[in-house]
Amino acid sequence: MPHCSSMDRDTIMPNPSLRVLATFRHWGTTLPVWSGRLHKDYWPLAAQNIRAQGGRLLALWGEDRRTTEAGYLVHAAFLSETGIVRTEMIVDPTTAAYPSLAAIFPGALRMERALYDLLGIRATGVNDTRPWLRHAAWPADQFPLRTDFSGEGLDIAADRDYTFLPASSPDTHEIPVGPIHAGIIEPGHFRFQVLGEEILRLEERFGYTHKGVERLFQGLDVAGGARLAGRISGDSTVAYAWSYAQAVEQITSTQVPERAQWLRALCLERERLANHLGDLGAIGNDAGLAFALTQFQALKEDLLRENQHYFGHRYLMDRVLPGGVAFDLTAAAIAALQGGGRTLKTAVRRLQEILAEHGGLRDRVVQLGIIPPERAAHLGLMGVAGRASGQAWDLRVQFPHPPYDQLQVQMATATGGDVAARMAVRFQEIFESLRLQEEMLRKLPDGNIYHPLDLQDAVGEGIGWVEGWRGEIFFWLRIEHGQVRRCHPQDPSWTLWPALEEVVLRDIVADFPLINKSFNLSYSGHDL
Amino acid sequence: MYRILREALRLGKAGEKPPRTQRDPASASPSCFRHSLSIRHVDAGSCNGCELELHALGGPHYGLEQAGFRFTASPRHADVLTVSGPVARHMVAALHDCHNAMPEPRRIIAIGDCACSGGVFRGSYAVMDGVAETLPVDLQIPGCPPNPDALLQGLLRVSGDRAET
Repeated sequence: MPHCSSMDRDTIMPNPSLRVLATFRHWGTTLPVWSGRLHKDYWPLAAQNIRAQGGRLLALWGEDRRTTEAGYLVHAAFLSETGIVRTEMIVDPTTAAYPSLAAIFPGALRMERALYDLLGIRATGVNDTRPWLRHAAWPADQFPLRTDFSGEGLDIAADRDYTFLPASSPDTHEIPVGPIHAGIIEPGHFRFQVLGEEILRLEERFGYTHKGVERLFQGLDVAGGARLAGRISGDSTVAYAWSYAQAVEQITSTQVPERAQWLRALCLERERLANHLGDLGAIGNDAGLAFALTQFQALKEDLLRENQHYFGHRYLMDRVLPGGVAFDLTAAAIAALQGGGRTLKTAVRRLQEILAEHGGLRDRVVQLGIIPPERAAHLGLMGVAGRASGQAWDLRVQFPHPPYDQLQVQMATATGGDVAARMAVRFQEIFESLRLQEEMLRKLPDGNIYHPLDLQDAVGEGIGWVEGWRGEIFFWLRIEHGQVRRCHPQDPSWTLWPALEEVVLRDIVADFPLINKSFNLSYSGHDL
Repeated sequence: MYRILREALRLGKAGEKPPRTQRDPASASPSCFRHSLSIRHVDAGSCNGCELELHALGGPHYGLEQAGFRFTASPRHADVLTVSGPVARHMVAALHDCHNAMPEPRRIIAIGDCACSGGVFRGSYAVMDGVAETLPVDLQIPGCPPNPDALLQGLLRVSGDRAET
């Protein structure tokens, strides 16, 4: 069993159809986490059981435990109706192989390929053994997450050896795009196979922005870890910092003051607002409606300036700390933010009506880039893209952690699964975030904003889980002697990027930017 | 159409007036850069924070184009290469390709703490600890991320201007 300071050994998993997990125990945390170790033979079986129940894969990662245990550990976290099921399995270092979950959860394939690149343990039962995050920066026989990684032989050569899928017909031609794109966006490579204008296949190639985040975390103190966590994906800094803080607070059994929890949620909703505003403008722009870009950019900039003025950072970086928050709001600030919220709501309402009536825009976004609900369920989509394809899942609704348990979040959903549906969900979420902001500002509890952590001999594992603007951010953390020993952040983009490959099929290349922007997935959060 | 026009008028002019500038006699920048910079930006492993601020800089509050500056899709049209991120090893080759495609005269600006010195990613096996490790940097704009005003000031400097006193 994993060492956890707050484990409740008397609780048995209540879900009878997950019998294979009968030995799993509940972590005594505010999050519904069930944790346990599985034998290799039961690894796919447990995944099948969870899949059969409509569960999905949240994260998959690994750890070099050769010095303390019998080998490597592979971890996986699933979502089931009882909460998070966190499993681990010992992998024998002589074979360094374990059964793949890719046939059960398609999203597992890239995670397993990345796990080989970083830890050198291979998932068996799949044909695709190409590297995923590794290009040429480190030698193929070295693995950065192993404890004996030497860091020698590092290179800056281009990745010339990657084998893309071959053309499906001699009539097609290929369009390689990236890693540097035309606009100001993150680096990644897209390989289109087209017949005339029509996209027959899209293959993604990532890893360009790999920064070795997981290894960088090792040995950091808790404060240094918080700073790095807030920079895994800059557009989701609050969600990452909060999920990291949750994990730390679980391990140290810290009671976060109520006011701090509310202020965190305020930051998270403002992060959602800023990103949805920016993306709606950018979607309009990609459809040739520069008016939308200008208007939404102006609204977003006003919001960012409020952030700077009242919270101390335009993107709210380093505002959420383990133990609480780094800022407080005065009564005057609360009144000003309430006023700002009302102005924003009126402005967005007007723009929503204009965009809904704009024939040119509707012509571009309706019935474009469709991912039907059944495919979304198969691929395990979550977040904005999932909710726009009928996946009624929002962490703030299903497993609300404080303060969302007192706020009754209204989930935004649509079933169309096209760009228009993703826009509609974003509009709904803007209004809901503004409603939540108004309610939080009105009911903001008094009290402290920070509770000091007891880091002396802090040891154990913790999990953080926060509904970021894109989807849920998952964070697993192991702390030993008050230092980060190992951690794994999982961005929703891991699951959503493969869906993008599917969603563009039969559409034309010129529509790709529009479809891509409606998802706006993270490269940095994915490449780590 | 009427409603779009009405909204555009309602927004009017957003933000502050851009600072009045004059040619800085001490500047070594080519005079052809003045009031006319084409900028090619490359994200070399940033967390996306610097890109958010570059987008903001292009918004109606900042008047980037009033200063004669614009972002360009092709490095072949670019006078200035802006680079964000600690320069991930996997991006070095692409960054060099981009730089080599730019005509002379050209300038390189490192944007953000990561591009200046590696930032929080400094020391990782996967990054170069800043742009200067791999390309000649003309100007550093620190910050995490640097705000649009700082970015605009940096661009003005590279164009050979300074704020009028």
